[in-house]
Amino acid sequence: MKIIKTDNLSFDYIRRDEEGNVDGIVNAVRDVSVEVEPGSFVAVLGHNGSGKSTFAKHLNSLLLPTEGTVWVDGMDTTDDEHLWDVRKTAGMVFQNPDNQIIATVVEEDVGFGPENIGVPTKEIWERVEKALKSVGMYEFRSASPNKLSGGQKQRVAIAGIMAMKPKCIVLDEPTAMLDPNGRKEVISALHELNEQEDVTVILITHYMDEVVGADRVIVMDGGSVVMDGTPREIFSRVEELKELRLDVPQVTEVAWNLRNLGYDLPLGILTQEEFIAAIKEQMGLCH
Amino acid sequence: MIRDITLGQYYQTNSVLHRLDPRVKLVGTMVYIVSLFMGTTIPVYLGAAIFLGILIAISKVPVKFMMRGLKSILYILIFSVVFHLFLTPGTPVITIGKFAITQEGAQLAAFMIVRLMLLIIGSSLLTLTTTPNSLTDGLEKGLHVLTYVKVPVHSIAMMMSIALRFIPILIEETDKIMKAQMARGADFDHGNLIKRAKAMVPLLVPLFISAFRRANDLAMAMEARCYHGAKGRTRMKPLRYKKKDFLAYLVLIAYFACILFLRRF
Repeated sequence: MKIIKTDNLSFDYIRRDEEGNVDGIVNAVRDVSVEVEPGSFVAVLGHNGSGKSTFAKHLNSLLLPTEGTVWVDGMDTTDDEHLWDVRKTAGMVFQNPDNQIIATVVEEDVGFGPENIGVPTKEIWERVEKALKSVGMYEFRSASPNKLSGGQKQRVAIAGIMAMKPKCIVLDEPTAMLDPNGRKEVISALHELNEQEDVTVILITHYMDEVVGADRVIVMDGGSVVMDGTPREIFSRVEELKELRLDVPQVTEVAWNLRNLGYDLPLGILTQEEFIAAIKEQMGLCH
Repeated sequence: MIRDITLGQYYQTNSVLHRLDPRVKLVGTMVYIVSLFMGTTIPVYLGAAIFLGILIAISKVPVKFMMRGLKSILYILIFSVVFHLFLTPGTPVITIGKFAITQEGAQLAAFMIVRLMLLIIGSSLLTLTTTPNSLTDGLEKGLHVLTYVKVPVHSIAMMMSIALRFIPILIEETDKIMKAQMARGADFDHGNLIKRAKAMVPLLVPLFISAFRRANDLAMAMEARCYHGAKGRTRMKPLRYKKKDFLAYLVLIAYFACILFLRRF
């Protein structure tokens, strides 16, 4: 079974004036049909206003579709009976770490989710310990969240979701407010969770370099899915991405420019190592 | 750094009093306050003072910290002393113009000072030995009975603990907004009181807007983590009475009995 499946999902924000009359309708998401395989790492790309955050909030029943249907692990998100099961299955991490940490001690915050779903006390402690270890924050368990860095706080937030044993984590621009080091910490923690715990990761972002390690990239623009494929496929289409006002990773762009100048480099180079290997091969051929 | 400020006046150390169940301490404080109003005789106050002295010794909190609480009520103390001294009818001792200090007044004023001091020190002992968090937990569990008369005890406790978490964050935010406005020429430090109060308005508006935005985000994050009130909720750190807590209750009962006994003299 697909962990996430959407069928012609559309969502309209309805703007109202002071009297409550409809002032305008914004189609935030339009006709999105996506299927996500369990255990995969999917990145959703798009710049501001592309509908990617609105899309993410549908995966957790925080928003309900205006039209179409969303299934999370086979459960319809509009079904009230399964509301808490949906939220347990697809955990969500938000942008601002400060605004999603509830408790004044790290371990208590991680325990908040399991407390809510009625896990027995002894098991809560086991889950908290495991979750904190899985993001490398166990030694900070009795610290105050106020004393942590942004990246550490965001990892605590991820642990808070992991303690609920979700099958899928949806992250809505988790690194937008972090410095480069914090971003690296969070992204590598996510890859570890994906590989070791076999959790499906859906990462909403607008940073290109975070997308490179994903299994699949979905590009959104104006509320619709415009591109869908592996990072290599997506970043081979540099011109299309530029039209969508999206950047490509720096090495990819350099390689692409060289290719346009007539060098025979492969399309969709993603890392420096690949780039260097390709250049070496070229030089070897020349001599 | 501004984030390191301690909330309330919790004094971190390791004593029996610190480790007691917060419910015991809450009940204890209430019993102590009631006992202070049981009688205005010297034996009662002496008994209460000795009991408090022993507790302070057990708590390992420096007496200096205890006295800090008294500073805040200094004016109330002076006020009530003056009132009692001059306005109690009885046999005058010293006469100043129209006013007279009476013997009864002097006695009442002395009792008043002792009572207020014991009251303040006694209740600050609670906040000195209990973290705000466990205090909230204790209130939630202790006042659980009120849920039967439809008081949302859990929600109130949750609000309190969230407020505690966000106080340092909002203080930092205030600081940030203030600096941003000072950089653009705002003046918070000069002028008279009205002028300074007016300067605060442009500070409060962005602060409130951001607080509401945070509240909105937090509500969404809590919902995403399956928060749906007290129903079906378990606790990671449940409050459970231990042997020493029952012992503490026994001590409390003994103390109250002593006070009742001392009242007769």
